[in-house]
Amino acid sequence: MSVEVVPDLPVGLRRQGVTGRVLRRPAGAVGAALLVLLALAALAQSLGLLAFDPAVQDPPSRLQGPSAVHWFGTDQFGRDLLARVLSAVANSLRVAVVAVLISAVVGTALGLLAGYFGRGSDLAISGVTNVLFAFPPMLLALALTSVLARNWFTVAVAIAVVYVPIFVRTTRGATLSVRQVDFVRAAVSTGQHPLATVVRHVLPNVAGHVVVVVALALSWAVLTEAALSFLGLGTPPPAASLGSLILDARTTVFVAWWTMLFPGVLVVLLVIAFNLLGDALRDALDPRGRR
Amino acid sequence: MADPSPRSPRRLRPLRAGLLGHPVVSRLLGAVATLLGVAVLVFVLLRLVPGDQITANLGTEAAALTPAQRQALEAYYGLDRPPLEQFLGWLGSVLTGNLGWSGRAQVSVLDLTLQALPITVELAVLAIALSVLVGVPLGMLAARRPNGVPDTLGQGASLLGLSLPAFLIGTVLLSVLSYRFGFNPNGQAFAGLFDDPVRNLQQMLLPAVTLAIGISAPIIRTTRAAVLEVRGLDFVRTARAKGVGERRLQVRHVLRNALVPIVTMTGLQLGYLLGGAIVVEQIFSVPGIGRQVLLGIQQKEYALVQSTVLVIALCFVLVNLLTDLLYRLIDPRVRLS
Repeated sequence: MSVEVVPDLPVGLRRQGVTGRVLRRPAGAVGAALLVLLALAALAQSLGLLAFDPAVQDPPSRLQGPSAVHWFGTDQFGRDLLARVLSAVANSLRVAVVAVLISAVVGTALGLLAGYFGRGSDLAISGVTNVLFAFPPMLLALALTSVLARNWFTVAVAIAVVYVPIFVRTTRGATLSVRQVDFVRAAVSTGQHPLATVVRHVLPNVAGHVVVVVALALSWAVLTEAALSFLGLGTPPPAASLGSLILDARTTVFVAWWTMLFPGVLVVLLVIAFNLLGDALRDALDPRGRR
Repeated sequence: MADPSPRSPRRLRPLRAGLLGHPVVSRLLGAVATLLGVAVLVFVLLRLVPGDQITANLGTEAAALTPAQRQALEAYYGLDRPPLEQFLGWLGSVLTGNLGWSGRAQVSVLDLTLQALPITVELAVLAIALSVLVGVPLGMLAARRPNGVPDTLGQGASLLGLSLPAFLIGTVLLSVLSYRFGFNPNGQAFAGLFDDPVRNLQQMLLPAVTLAIGISAPIIRTTRAAVLEVRGLDFVRTARAKGVGERRLQVRHVLRNALVPIVTMTGLQLGYLLGGAIVVEQIFSVPGIGRQVLLGIQQKEYALVQSTVLVIALCFVLVNLLTDLLYRLIDPRVRLS
């Protein structure tokens, strides 16, 4: 669970046609297709477009195997497993996207500040970053969720705090090298406001590094949310989470294999999708063009 | 992050006289400062929890306390003192080896930690050993012919390893082995390594394998990338031209020079394991340090959580520091800079 982005050259997103280059790679195409498919299905479920409600119990038809009516079968309360799994995917995506959005925005801003202005701000920001890095990620997320009130948003905030340091470190390193490049020095010498220089010239050239970390952090966030829910400290019931579905399946798996198989497969597919996208992005943005 | 390339003369700092300038000493000082920050953060975090130790212990009965009783309890727990004084008091007692008292277990937190920590360390070392034994050879094999069959298989396997959550692997392993084959050593009471080594290793097997699947993935990837980087360098070609045997070339020349990133990644993973094995310890009922934190959180034992989290962070910082020092030993180029 770590990423080593070597910020040796400015990596921008403009002018490079990154989307095309990512999608032309098999990893990128498969990852994107998988993600779009999962997101659309989860969205359809959340909007109530599918046949079943994830919360409605139907005791007479409990623990039924996959069938034409219940594609993924039913759980111990007769709830439709497909509906529960899809609403869990929606929950995972919501938590992961919000968490990574917060940590990317905060982490990138702090990283730019520390890398570009240096001195006191660098000392303070890097100090706090080092402190956060001193916690194993899972432990920090656990400690934070136990302190905060429990709902999906606080889980997202806890995960965001865990990943802020990664964005700070990535952005800070990239900023340090971009700052030395001639066009940035030229912008400085024109007397432009430092913040304008950072936003207009530095940010676009470190964005590539940030985007790669975003994709990888999304995969870690899905895993962390699922693990927290598995421990009973993530998204609270009755909302379905991929982690809590697998936890519940521990007692039913011997008589109903599908209760564990489908949530398990879906969590792996979701994480694989983000990992594939991250790998494709890293390859597409690598200035050395190494395979 | 150490810079393995020799420094250019321009970046060579003037030799700073005195001990403080020594890289090892400054790393040590940095680690101490970080730990102090960790202590502050843990302390503040636990003060943010709604309610205090008194309500946590007495539950709804806390409402029935008379003001005098509550005052006495606050004085007993030190809650009536100003926060800074509480913090310094806690820090002082931690530094003298007093980590607090667990009300539920009726044991000192130090004793609990001294029982739990070695178990987690054993689990972490086993898992790391397994994943290095599997990951490094696989990574080298994959690097031999990029995009060849073993490489593609290795890439697929490491992608799967990165994407399989430990709690899923653990749950499935436990379910399948115990149900189909009746193999469930973790169903019995936990045996210490020195009390019953055979049972202990049986009980450590599944958790270690579960963790190793996740950790070998980054080790395969790092090994592959590092070996590919070194393999193309001039000295490897020279060695080959000189007639060095393939096995010796791979191990003595390529692997040795690719070691720094591999050691860094392994150290990082070992550090994560010390606190990140929570889920796996929970699934397999291994009474390690992660489970201690989880129990403390569930039972609202703040003293226990506060001190245990600090101990874990200390281990994490120490492992990272040792990794740093280790590659000073491995790679003379790091020592020079």
